[in-house]
Amino acid sequence: MSSADAQHQLLDEPFVEAAHKVYNKKVDGQFRRIKWGIQFATLAIYYFLPFVRWHRGPDAPSQAVLVDFPHRRFYFFFIEIWPQEVYYVTGLLILAALILFLMNAVAGRIWCGYMCPQTVWTDFYMTAERWIEGDARDRMKLDEGPWTAGKIRKKLAKHFVWILIAWWTGGAWVLYFGDAPTLVYDLATFQPGVGQAYLWIGILTFTTYVFAGVMREKLCLHACPWPRIQAALTDEYALNVTYRRDRGEPRMSLKQATAARAANLPSGDCVDCGQCVAVCPTGVDIRKGAQLGCIQCGLCIDACDGVMEKIHRPTRLIAYDTEMNLKRRACGEEPIYKTFRVRTVFYAALILAIGGFMSITLATRGDMYMNVLHDRNPLTVRLKDGGARNGYTIRFANKKPETRRFVIDASGLAGAQTEVVGVAPDSKGKVVIEVGPDQTREARVLLSTRGAASSKGQAPVLFTATDAETGASVVVKDVFIWP
Amino acid sequence: MTTMSDDTFDKGKARIDPVSGVPTTGHEWDGIEELNTPLPRWWVWTFWLTVIWGVGYTIAYPAWPTAGGGTQGLFAWNSRTQVASEVADLQTTRGPVLDKIKAAPLDMIESDPQLLAAARMVGKVAFATNCASCHGAGGQGARGYANLNDDDWIWGGKLADIRQTIEHGVRWDADKATHASAMPAFGRDGVLTPEQISIVADHVRTYAETPDSDAPTPEGEKLYAENCAACHGVEGKGNPEMGAPALYDQVWLYGSDKPSVVARIVNGGGAVMPAWKDRLDDTTIKALAVYVHSLGGGQ
Repeated sequence: MSSADAQHQLLDEPFVEAAHKVYNKKVDGQFRRIKWGIQFATLAIYYFLPFVRWHRGPDAPSQAVLVDFPHRRFYFFFIEIWPQEVYYVTGLLILAALILFLMNAVAGRIWCGYMCPQTVWTDFYMTAERWIEGDARDRMKLDEGPWTAGKIRKKLAKHFVWILIAWWTGGAWVLYFGDAPTLVYDLATFQPGVGQAYLWIGILTFTTYVFAGVMREKLCLHACPWPRIQAALTDEYALNVTYRRDRGEPRMSLKQATAARAANLPSGDCVDCGQCVAVCPTGVDIRKGAQLGCIQCGLCIDACDGVMEKIHRPTRLIAYDTEMNLKRRACGEEPIYKTFRVRTVFYAALILAIGGFMSITLATRGDMYMNVLHDRNPLTVRLKDGGARNGYTIRFANKKPETRRFVIDASGLAGAQTEVVGVAPDSKGKVVIEVGPDQTREARVLLSTRGAASSKGQAPVLFTATDAETGASVVVKDVFIWP
Repeated sequence: MTTMSDDTFDKGKARIDPVSGVPTTGHEWDGIEELNTPLPRWWVWTFWLTVIWGVGYTIAYPAWPTAGGGTQGLFAWNSRTQVASEVADLQTTRGPVLDKIKAAPLDMIESDPQLLAAARMVGKVAFATNCASCHGAGGQGARGYANLNDDDWIWGGKLADIRQTIEHGVRWDADKATHASAMPAFGRDGVLTPEQISIVADHVRTYAETPDSDAPTPEGEKLYAENCAACHGVEGKGNPEMGAPALYDQVWLYGSDKPSVVARIVNGGGAVMPAWKDRLDDTTIKALAVYVHSLGGGQ
């Protein structure tokens, strides 16, 4: 094809391909089996995780994974996150992004092909569809055919099963936000107070049905931002589902290829059977090269391998390979695989650093917490004898499941007097605050100096809360200001 | 479904465009033909759905103006009933703790962490609404308006005193139980001569050891004993019964410089605060008293 022809063809191709329905064929092979495994595992985790129990003591919920909005707690097995520790969630999001980047640097959009919820649920839906309506050819025939009783029955059955899956999906979602067995009972027996749960189940049933049943690959092609971002992050060393042009071209029928080989003429292994296109969940032709629609699921590899085995040619005409290796093979060089590259090492190091930092802070964080807020208005007050008083709002948190007593002390300010509003000092002159199990308590603390002589602008002051029993303590630095 | 009805096309001229394969509308200007590219079906459906939704909405909710005021909608909903129900909801959630505040004695509210937190919350809002315009957002006061964070209380800083002051106000004639006494206008009424006022002002300023004050004088002491000590006390310690501020301390409501002190002696009088008992309910006043008391610890 001359370059002018190629350009002409490019100009003739529409910018946006007309929508068409993808009837993808069933396939079996190595990658399909990996996909089954991941699909089974991810769906099982999603649907059954809320039912896993984790005993935390009498007053705490015993659900392993729970987002407890009313009490503002997040539980994940042995980890309990308080609202002020929500940066762990931020850290997780950053980690997730970096892991996605690393996956992309190593093997392209495999997230899309194997683990993306859109893929997992679409695959689940396709399985149900295939079970009811048959494989690609049967489905196509059914859709083209007239509306017979059988067709109506099949269509109804399919949509019923789809909605059932969608409903179960939405139902499992709400179980993460309440005690699962209780919530299931309440939902099933129409107890009052679970109206919001019904609403969310409804919303998620609808979105699951629309996304996995109706939109499918359209979501990947038109709605998802990742293919666009991914295209900017990938490079020639990333493993991508690749058609090995050097081996496949020129493509011709098996008969022609056999003849050509006998005559010692150039012939490719691709017999143009179209199986790679037939099995593709997004309906792309991988032989056109890397493209937006390809989610790197590898089903075309399985399909092509099946054909190659049948015609006794080496498998992996389509394989996870790199752009660089395509070029090298074209030049007759050996393929190379560079796993350790600046970007993969950089991403891995960042992941290790952030993950390590988060683990360390998580492991070493205290079970008590103090937050000091200096009065803004007024910053300071002149007292009768010329001294000064500063007000602080201090919040104490007790993360243990039992009531604890904190001794409150302010140091660093000679001769200053500490008062806590509503709390009288004990017989030894100590101010002790009792904080309930798994609770916070706010106290207003007043710090006063005596006499004008002490005045000096401002000075640092240290607030210490000490557990009266264990002696564990937290120190927070703040400032004392004179008028 | 198309956006234009078919008969707007010049049917005779409509044909398939050979380049794009799309039908034309049959319109042609200077050899340029208009392609017939209808809006996507999903878009049109969505449009009609919003239209249907819109019609339903105006029936369900108050919308159409009529001579008598307007349609009421199917659910008798309007923003006023909404506010009323939200206020009622607030009452049901806050009710129990407000009842406790109402029933508890003032000092018990402060020693119960839960009640203290609730009273401070309610008090803070009431303070911002009713008190902050004079006493400042943080109760820091201003010249002539008492600072509520310090330890100087003209009318007493105990919880009961603060409550009394809030309920009945200061020099608020409409309330019989108000704090009524006021300082005589020594200058305006000619009780003291300007020279005497100057001397007594100097003398008073020595109590608080203001930076530029001189030593007490026998004449000043005599004038003070004759004119001021009855209310402000022999040593200038003040008297909360009469609302006479202490003069020996460093907190000056109207300033400690000499012209300010002279002005007070010349004009007398005193600050006025409204009585709140008819404007605020008992629970709110109690919460306010606790809040103000907690600002500076009270007495």
